[in-house]
Amino acid sequence: MTGKTRENYNENYLNYVKTQDPPTKHLKNCASAFGVGGLICCIGQFIRYMLQYAGLTGDELAGSTSVILIFLGCLLTGFGVYDRIGRYAGAGSIVPITGFANSVTSPAIEFKTEGWIYGMAAKMFTVAGAIIVFGVFSGVIVGLIYFFI
Amino acid sequence: MQAELLAIFLQYLKAFAVGGGICLIAQIIINFTDLTAGKILVYFMLAGVVLTALGLYQPLVEFAGAGATVPISGFGYLLANGAMKGAERGFFYAVTGSLTAASAGVTAAVVFAFIMALIFKSRTKRN
Repeated sequence: MTGKTRENYNENYLNYVKTQDPPTKHLKNCASAFGVGGLICCIGQFIRYMLQYAGLTGDELAGSTSVILIFLGCLLTGFGVYDRIGRYAGAGSIVPITGFANSVTSPAIEFKTEGWIYGMAAKMFTVAGAIIVFGVFSGVIVGLIYFFI
Repeated sequence: MQAELLAIFLQYLKAFAVGGGICLIAQIIINFTDLTAGKILVYFMLAGVVLTALGLYQPLVEFAGAGATVPISGFGYLLANGAMKGAERGFFYAVTGSLTAASAGVTAAVVFAFIMALIFKSRTKRN
């Protein structure tokens, strides 16, 4: 245990940290991610059926379903419920579109205190900005490839 | 009537399995690497774009419905699908098609986030 050199100290310390670290509960993690993620998709499917029943079709149907899910994600983030779900569900709450809504709303509320322009509006896109940048760029590339082929 | 109900139930089951499966893949990646939530979102969105461009995501959407469109990879599907549809109409629509298709989602996120920021105060995180 008692290392004389500096590297030995580091190695011993890292080993010690490893023994004290709580083990990641892979199985439980994965099960809750699968369950919550699947449940959110089922809610999406339910909204889709309801809107279909109301007479929407095609792009309007798909778009409206996303809008309602995003609204729910924003609302639950506002009430602080979504973060609590996230602590339990991990990727199950990140990957669905409600997680995208959460990543927009959460900094918007949090950085409100730093002002409306540089705080709320600018910080709103910390994560969503990256998604939009890469999404638009890759979308344009796909469009160009399909146009020229 | 009974067959119709069964079909609806089966559709929910498929949405649950595929949507949950996509989240499960993300959770496994998070468990074994140190990717943050933001990076996971970007990678899954890009995966959706690439799979759609290769023609592999469309069958999944037809099979699983909301199970494939609700995860962020469905956002990539929306972008790539818009671009591909636009490419049939002309050069201008090939370039603008992706963001046009995603406009509903982006608008909703911005507007609702703005409203929530007006209503709610930042709360201290309870652990």
